[in-house]
Amino acid sequence: MSGTFLGMPALPAYGHGNLNATEPFPKAAHRELGNAQLRANLGHATHTIRDKRLKVVAELPDWEDMRDSGSAIKNATMAQLPALLEQFEANFTARGGTIHWARDAQEANEIVTSLVRATGETEVVKVKSMATQEIGLNEYLEDQGIAAFETDLAELIVQLDHDKPSHILVPAIHKNRSQIREIFLREMEDVDPALTDEPARLAEAARRHLRKKFLTAKVAVSGANFGLADTGTLTVVESEGNGRMCLTLPDTLITVMGIEKLLPSWSDLEVFMQLLPRSSTGERMNPYTSLWTGVTPGDGPQNVHLVLLDNGRTAALADEMGRTALNCIRCSACMNVCPVYERTGGHAYGSTYPGPIGAILSPLMTGIKSEKNNSLPYASSLCGACFDACPVKINIPEILVHLRGEDVDSRRATIKVPTQMDLMMKGAEWAFSDGAHLGLLEKGLPLGRLAAGRDKVIKKLPGLAGKWTRSRDLPAPPGQSFRQWWARDHKAPDGVVPGTGTTNGTGTGSPTESEGGQA
Amino acid sequence: MKIALFATCIVDAMYPRTARATVAILERLGHEVVFPPGQACCGQMHVNSGYFKEALPVVANHVRAFDTDDYDVAVAPSGSCVASVKHQHELVARRCGDAALEARAAVVGAKTYELSQLLTDVLGVTDAARQLGSHFPHKVTYHPSCHGMRLLKLGDRQLKLLASVAGIELVELPEADQCCGFGGTFSLKNADVSGAMLEDKAANICGTGAELCTGGDASCLMHIGGGLSRQGSKVGTLHFAEILASTLDNPVPVAGDVQLAGGRR
Amino acid sequence: MSAREDILNRIGAALRDAPAVPDIPRNYRRVSAMTAEQRLEQLVDRLVDYKASVFVVPAAEAAGKLAELLAGTASVVVPHGLPQEWLSALPPAGTDDAGSPAVAVDSPQRRLTVAELDAVDAVVTAAAVAVSETGTIMLDGSPSQGRRIISLVPDRHVCVLRAADIVEVLPEAVARLEATAPQTWISGPSATSDIELERVEGVHGPRTLDVLILQ
Ligand code: SF4
Repeated sequence: MSGTFLGMPALPAYGHGNLNATEPFPKAAHRELGNAQLRANLGHATHTIRDKRLKVVAELPDWEDMRDSGSAIKNATMAQLPALLEQFEANFTARGGTIHWARDAQEANEIVTSLVRATGETEVVKVKSMATQEIGLNEYLEDQGIAAFETDLAELIVQLDHDKPSHILVPAIHKNRSQIREIFLREMEDVDPALTDEPARLAEAARRHLRKKFLTAKVAVSGANFGLADTGTLTVVESEGNGRMCLTLPDTLITVMGIEKLLPSWSDLEVFMQLLPRSSTGERMNPYTSLWTGVTPGDGPQNVHLVLLDNGRTAALADEMGRTALNCIRCSACMNVCPVYERTGGHAYGSTYPGPIGAILSPLMTGIKSEKNNSLPYASSLCGACFDACPVKINIPEILVHLRGEDVDSRRATIKVPTQMDLMMKGAEWAFSDGAHLGLLEKGLPLGRLAAGRDKVIKKLPGLAGKWTRSRDLPAPPGQSFRQWWARDHKAPDGVVPGTGTTNGTGTGSPTESEGGQA
Repeated sequence: MKIALFATCIVDAMYPRTARATVAILERLGHEVVFPPGQACCGQMHVNSGYFKEALPVVANHVRAFDTDDYDVAVAPSGSCVASVKHQHELVARRCGDAALEARAAVVGAKTYELSQLLTDVLGVTDAARQLGSHFPHKVTYHPSCHGMRLLKLGDRQLKLLASVAGIELVELPEADQCCGFGGTFSLKNADVSGAMLEDKAANICGTGAELCTGGDASCLMHIGGGLSRQGSKVGTLHFAEILASTLDNPVPVAGDVQLAGGRR
Repeated sequence: MSAREDILNRIGAALRDAPAVPDIPRNYRRVSAMTAEQRLEQLVDRLVDYKASVFVVPAAEAAGKLAELLAGTASVVVPHGLPQEWLSALPPAGTDDAGSPAVAVDSPQRRLTVAELDAVDAVVTAAAVAVSETGTIMLDGSPSQGRRIISLVPDRHVCVLRAADIVEVLPEAVARLEATAPQTWISGPSATSDIELERVEGVHGPRTLDVLILQ
């Protein structure tokens, strides 16, 4: 669906930064699956949050109506994006805010750096933000001699441990309490050595650790959950109060937000602030939501900036089949219900965006050919749990399949030697595109029975199919196919008596007679 | 009513008993079953693997085989294949730029039902014991396959039919709504993750103490059964059509040396 | 070309198929179907669930109840627009009455510094509106609620809410709020679920939330 367009800017303009799987997903998954502690932590956490979400969603009689509204509002947003961005810009600017536009990660990082430099500060406090994670802002700032302190508890854990987030909402979901205690004891200078692994004690330690930082910070960097075009208002949704601290105390506030985060109007918030908390943390409402529009004299930061980020979002928008991925409100419901994510965790996806949404968003933003991102759309059994859970009804399975198609087509164009999978698909195309072909092949079923041997089980297959027999047997095929039985043995019954269980005594009433060898 | 059976490729070649059970049930209800001979496969393996170009002739073949006025409704004993016929065929045609095929695919899709849908919504079966003579004196647990549950929204249709079988003891499967890990070529491409999902599904099934696990999709049952068999479990898998077709006089054998779909007895 | 132009052009090109702007269905509940009594009851239930302490008193008893709640608190900050009568049962500032707090008023003329606020034990504010279904109290920065910082830094927030300002569903509250006002929506004391998804109350924001509802 992508291509070049005459007289238009070169499309697509792909994104850069932390958006890539650096090894094929199956390989990364294999490693993560071997980590029993990780699997236990993830299993526990995802199940807890699933149950919470189901409970609060079931409470609302109009949940499905809200999803319909949310989905339509987001589609409407994307369809009018240029106008809404300009409207937002005008409103935000009119109230004393400054807007910057960043084509990609590098440009966004440069803008933030120069804004921090202009204040003369060398430290910033940060509110958890996917966009800054995506562009690798912390690392960039560090290179420029500016220290960025994450203040969200989970982000703090991850930062202290020099680790990477593995979940968009609970970045340290892969760590359990005793691991977190160890990290705090090891990395927090001022920590009480008698710290226990009780979550309340750990939260308390984080409070103490960050309190002074908050009270003295001069510059904060945040993301934003929503931008409301008709008023120029920004929103940050959080729990701990670290967001409020960052958004209220410093003189300078720099927000980095993807261009797709807009909603057309203030009143749309009534939908999204119901959808988001219930879908993400499984709460009726998150503890704190902050809203600000440019600068409020005397209240909060007086030097307020917003960086509007593309970094591949326009590339995703250009894909007609995939663009609804931009409707994502980063609630994380899809990964919490995903059976694949539950077992591999977020690191296996490489990108800042893990789980089902990451498996489509990352390759949409970088292009299917970027590094190992072409392995991501296959990281799903297409069970559809993500689509069911998504508050804005993104049909993730359909986009996964679409991107698999993009991958197959792009490899078709470049790779000349067909893979085993290609050959299998080619063979199956022949077999399945004509009933006569399939019928012909079915004549070979007895051979399979022979191969299965006396216990009628196939335990080892060669080549690609060997992946099946790694953990599963295959039953011996039947002696005759249904098609053969139908042609030879089936006779329409003449005296059918419903409910008696037998028909006219020809044996056709029951599948269990004249098995033809299935028994 | 004249009902066209879409056996599906996997049932046709690997589990003919399931298709025969489907025929038996429908004929018992007094309907005429036809088998459009040109049929082969719904093409979802190709589509779901991203091979749209290869899928096109498969989809075209299915539409050719079923785009006739020779029957009233079509039925398949598979939620996943019916979901493909209903939802994917148009998409494939559109993606490959074949508008005529897209239109015909829509017509075929609208006439196609999954078995429990047909039995419940169209044929009015509410009591399998009374209306079909279904008798199956075994302890059974039930796995609702993903595509039937989420794409076709089958709800508890299959479960309700099963519950109305005489003699059956249905036990609830914990985490029933969790995918078994099959996912077509997912089981090959991401064999480790698929295997991990299967392991959990198998453990849940074994934990119920059921003799066998039933469901509405032969492919998932092949996967689950294959895993159970590999683990040396005695629990087998069986399509729900076969349970509905089983009668007092003509029971589906589940003991002795009968090889069920996977699983050893 | 500026980044702005470039990005807007890219979007224009990405939307070359001119996708239709869909009609937005709004079939969700936008007005309350509950009585005032039910809303009050629901709000109390939700706030208690969030581990806030809730007190419901007749409006006439506001001052007395506040004095009772603040007894034993050394210092309190209030926004300059907080209704005077609410504090009328506190002994006037300067009296050395053991057990009654020193009251600091934050106003445009005299803004408390961060350090001053950090030294204060509690804050008393009014609220703009509350949503019973979600247990959410909204502050909008008006004079009775003050600057965002004053309801953030002190470790205890005593929020006084008029029962008449309780709505049931979020759309009702959103319709009442002025979008461009600096807002804080509060649903319980600060909390985190970052450790094994187990909710812990009390992190960086006020660890204690008391809600006084006036009937
Ligand atoms: S895709 Fe949907 S479910 Fe997943 S994070 Fe985004 S909004 Fe939430």
